[in-house]
Amino acid sequence: MADIRTTIAGLQMVNPVMTASGTFGYGIEFADLVDLSQIGGIIMKGTTLNPREGNDYPRMAETASGMLNCVGLQNKGVDYFCQHIYPQVKDIPSNMIVNVSGSSPDDYAECAARINQLDNIPAIELNISCPNVKQGGMAFGVTTEGASQVVRAVRRAYDKTLIVKLSPNVTSIADIARSVEDAGADAVSLINTLMGMAVDIERRKPRLSINTGGLSGPAVKPVALRCVWQVAKAVGIPVIGLGGIMTAEDAIEFFMVGASAIEIGTGNFIDPAISVKVAQGISDWLDRHGCNTLDEIRGVI
Amino acid sequence: MKQCKDLKIVAVERPNDGYVLLKLTDVAPLPEIRAGQFVEILVDNSPSTFLRRPISVNFVDEARNELWLLIQIVGEGTRHLSQLHVGDTLNVLFPLGNGFSQGVAGERVLLVGGGVGIAPLLEYAKQLRQVGATPYLLLGGRSAINLLQLDLFRQYGEVYVTTEDGSMGEKGFVTNHSVLESFLSSPTEGAIRISCCGPKPMMQAVARWAKQHQVRCEVSLENLMACGLGACLCCVEKTVRGNVCVCKEGPVFDIEALTWS
Repeated sequence: MADIRTTIAGLQMVNPVMTASGTFGYGIEFADLVDLSQIGGIIMKGTTLNPREGNDYPRMAETASGMLNCVGLQNKGVDYFCQHIYPQVKDIPSNMIVNVSGSSPDDYAECAARINQLDNIPAIELNISCPNVKQGGMAFGVTTEGASQVVRAVRRAYDKTLIVKLSPNVTSIADIARSVEDAGADAVSLINTLMGMAVDIERRKPRLSINTGGLSGPAVKPVALRCVWQVAKAVGIPVIGLGGIMTAEDAIEFFMVGASAIEIGTGNFIDPAISVKVAQGISDWLDRHGCNTLDEIRGVI
Repeated sequence: MKQCKDLKIVAVERPNDGYVLLKLTDVAPLPEIRAGQFVEILVDNSPSTFLRRPISVNFVDEARNELWLLIQIVGEGTRHLSQLHVGDTLNVLFPLGNGFSQGVAGERVLLVGGGVGIAPLLEYAKQLRQVGATPYLLLGGRSAINLLQLDLFRQYGEVYVTTEDGSMGEKGFVTNHSVLESFLSSPTEGAIRISCCGPKPMMQAVARWAKQHQVRCEVSLENLMACGLGACLCCVEKTVRGNVCVCKEGPVFDIEALTWS
């Protein structure tokens, strides 16, 4: 029986499967439908220093093998999270990870500092790549200087596991990855969504309220794989791969190009229990191929 | 408690070219479902139908353990659903959403429906009768062919009909129907309240009428959804409390909570 327990920069997980920010709420929304203790890590909804209303409806459009979204980081702010949501999630038997975004390095750092105080949050995932927000997000993650600046500021304020989530909407994702590694990231996760668009031809208008949005789902898997492959060769820190994973076979592709763990996002909308099924499938695949651990296939490409 | 499981199709009825009625059952007893709640159906894996389709619960036949879904055929996903057969299974995530207001014994409720929006009102009419409330149905459609299940509705309450082309009932929109005024003018019977489901312009017109006459009114919204569980924040509607998820805090909202003018 293969052992798929995974440790990423001190974060110990029962398996290499995590759920992606923005697709699994705070975990509790899925509690009726899936055993949360069988998920390696749950990355909760993006949190900012101050509350955000997010973008106007419509915030989504279905596309071929995927979807676009422009939610825009709607959340009630970090203080609300600490006071009202944290008590509800702190005893969930998985790694509860907060995704952090901001408009300035100081905002990111202050938000991270407040989460640092929470005993049962072992890690944060830094969103320097969200393409939907007018200020911040996009601006930082597309240059090595911007990415480095945010990560350095957060690293000073946060002493637990720091995962940095990268955007594919850049010229060289390997360069961005290297700069965040140098700035002190413990791990990187990629890819965030690809910037895309959809048009309603009868109304002659974009389908999304802010015209463009982030593409996710199976349609992006080839781009995500390519990015993970390039980044895994460029950095020494662990790489968490995400982008269109729907099956265990998809996950195995990511491990082979260098990922140490994976996240499932949009797949949760198709099957709320997908993360647990994929984890089981990874274990089964290793067994069928005579592998004892993921070490035997990680980065073979 | 929410479930995600395969349900078996026991009947497929096609009232006309534009609609299909699927009756589903489960090996286990169906969970308690509140009228106004909905389900998210997984459609076949084809490139253009990736996400689940949200469909309101039309009716629950407790005796036969059947869940009915009345589906309007509007695109690829619903077209596929209309081509299913008895014995096929459908993977269904349910029950979702908040549902219509709990009925109270003795109250009078006017259920206003337009087009396929009449679907959840059938179950609501039944549940209202079950608690000793009195439902009235005011149903509108483009033409007689769009008005479905009238014989079933009549089992629960008086049915008033409008059609835009005048082929059945009164000609015009539901807000033109002559019976509306009569609901306002009976102090002995207690104030009526409205539950409404249909195209947005129809619901907005009904809401305006309700506000004008100080009648309590709730509407069922139909925003584009991804997760159906209140996790992704795609389906939000602006309310006086900010953006809230139609799939979780809705789909039914009191009109006072919405920011409709």
